[in-house]
Amino acid sequence: MSLWVWLLLACLFAYAWKLVGYLVPASLLQNPRMSRIAGTMTIGLLASLAIVNTLATGQALVLDARLGALAAAAAALFLRAPFLVVVLAGAGAAALLRLAGWN
Amino acid sequence: MPIAWPPKLLRSPAVRVGLSISIATGLYGVSFGALSVTSGLDFWQTMALSFLLFSGGSQFAFIGVVAGGGSGLAAMGAATLLGMRNGIYGMQLNVLLRPRGWRRYAAAQLTIDESTATSTGQTDPAEQQRGFWAAGIGIFVLWNLFTAVGALAGSALGDPKQWGLDGAAVAAFLGLLWPRLKGREPVAIAVVCALATVLAVPFVPAGVPILIAAVVAAVIGWLSHGRKDEGLEPDIDPYTERHPGHHPGNGTSAGNGINGTNAGGAK
Repeated sequence: MSLWVWLLLACLFAYAWKLVGYLVPASLLQNPRMSRIAGTMTIGLLASLAIVNTLATGQALVLDARLGALAAAAAALFLRAPFLVVVLAGAGAAALLRLAGWN
Repeated sequence: MPIAWPPKLLRSPAVRVGLSISIATGLYGVSFGALSVTSGLDFWQTMALSFLLFSGGSQFAFIGVVAGGGSGLAAMGAATLLGMRNGIYGMQLNVLLRPRGWRRYAAAQLTIDESTATSTGQTDPAEQQRGFWAAGIGIFVLWNLFTAVGALAGSALGDPKQWGLDGAAVAAFLGLLWPRLKGREPVAIAVVCALATVLAVPFVPAGVPILIAAVVAAVIGWLSHGRKDEGLEPDIDPYTERHPGHHPGNGTSAGNGINGTNAGGAK
């Protein structure tokens, strides 16, 4: 199936999640366990996406310039830099390391 | 909500917070747009994500999986699982704002981390309304505008690796994760899920390790009994910059009002 189909389905489901909170009686969703799972899953998914984008190339694990991007981003976040600066730090570190010959 | 003239609206603290968070969030739409087109999506696919999906984390997740060679199904799965928290926000906001008619469907689309945090950080019901709509509409407009700028700039860049754009994606995910790592438990969850991902990468198709990590995180959430609002922090907290003393840093501030402390006063 083409990427468009999956993309539009993702948009549909995203809206469905948002709307469900407004339409479903609060008592049904006020289960603390559901809030917990929504929260832990957010943390787990973002951690997973960060590491997969750092180390994975297809099904291989590779140590390359992206590791420098992760370190630079962590340093920027530690120094309380705004989000856009963090992203630029990551890009800059990866670009400079490649320029220096580390792929 | 009473109709106010613009000068009066701009004196509302919630509107001011909403507009400043709109600019901060909207600007990083540039990074989403640029990363999306270099991940292999075209301009209109990129715009469809910002316009229709409109939830930063889920959008980055979708393009992150595609960039890593994952299938469309896996990209959709990661984006959808990451969007679950918006349902929890919708439930909170429904109690606070009680939108009726078409406003309910508009409010649903604008329900994201930042608009929720701007609204729940206020105590006055009228300010909660103004904060939600100011942040929601402001971010929606600027996010889409800057996504377009980023998408056009990104397609003009040539080789994305030379510019370190894959490094930018890594930084973006870490930046989205960082504000949610308050305390020992969320850090432990992040480490366990990252480890599960790395262990799964060689054995399953690209994209699937992310879904495995989601299952691990859900099991932890099901079995453990920590803070119920854990992980439900905004990417950019509208209230940390303006009121440093207001945010105790343990996630129990009004900005993360999932505990419903504001709900009683909202009638």
